[in-house]
Amino acid sequence: MIIVTVGMQLGFDRLIEAMDALAPQLGMPVIAQTGKGSYQPRNMEARTKIAPAEFEALVEQSRLIVSHAGIGTVLTAARCAKPILLMPRRADLGEHRNDHQLASVRKLDGRPGILVALDETELAARIAEGLALKDWTAVQSQTARQLHTALAAFIEARPL
Amino acid sequence: MGNDRIRVLAAASGGGHWEQLMLLRPTLVQYDIRFATTEPAVAAQHGITAVESLPDCNQNKPVESALCAIKALWIVLKHRPHVILSTGAAPGFFCILAGRLTGARTLWIDSVANGEELSMCGKLSKRFAHECWTQWEHLADGQRPRYFGAVL
Repeated sequence: MIIVTVGMQLGFDRLIEAMDALAPQLGMPVIAQTGKGSYQPRNMEARTKIAPAEFEALVEQSRLIVSHAGIGTVLTAARCAKPILLMPRRADLGEHRNDHQLASVRKLDGRPGILVALDETELAARIAEGLALKDWTAVQSQTARQLHTALAAFIEARPL
Repeated sequence: MGNDRIRVLAAASGGGHWEQLMLLRPTLVQYDIRFATTEPAVAAQHGITAVESLPDCNQNKPVESALCAIKALWIVLKHRPHVILSTGAAPGFFCILAGRLTGARTLWIDSVANGEELSMCGKLSKRFAHECWTQWEHLADGQRPRYFGAVL
């Protein structure tokens, strides 16, 4: 199963519509949390909101999360050890107040379990990559390793 | 002092702040760790039962903030941690402030969600915590805040 989410605050019809078009070819159920969007999906189960506990249960069952580039979802994916594909919202299309999601994906791209589609045309290829990912959960990103090392040093009052 | 004798208090509000604390858990469990959060039920989901509960608050809620500050001080006086750290937000900041009164060493790790600028409490932590870290290299200035990596 693939779970699609755009967060609760804003709609993101460009992602929902593109995922709806791709859904029949994916060979597995697709469930979408559509937020305040207006597009009505036909090929996937769509819900405006999903409560946190249920969302977490769905994430646990999923093989891939497809999401706007919201850090909250990236953190949930990391904790549940699920691959996540991010498509950033764009300010010039009225999808957010600024392009911070674009900045986020540039920095997150390539970290273990994180994939990026800069726009809807890249979704199909990145979904295939995400579903094919194997054994990446054992890999801690270099930045995470650095932070854990520094945290231990601080707690033990060693030089940073 | 052996690592398991170092008393550490780690505080975070529910949601993304807590998720980040949980990603740091493999390092934190090497010490005598105590958690504090605004959503103990979520902590229980992660198998953490010995958790201190903090009332939620933010800068727009002065009464809740005052109550939270009192509770934070009570928690810190009860456990007397050597080290206090928080990944956000205001309730964690109050734990750090309380720690300054008891002589704890304090660390603020600003949320990875703040890629454009430091959070309000992060900015305050530059003054009030011993260390203030950002998770975005371009926001660091080498002193306050510093950058040592990110949870992701």
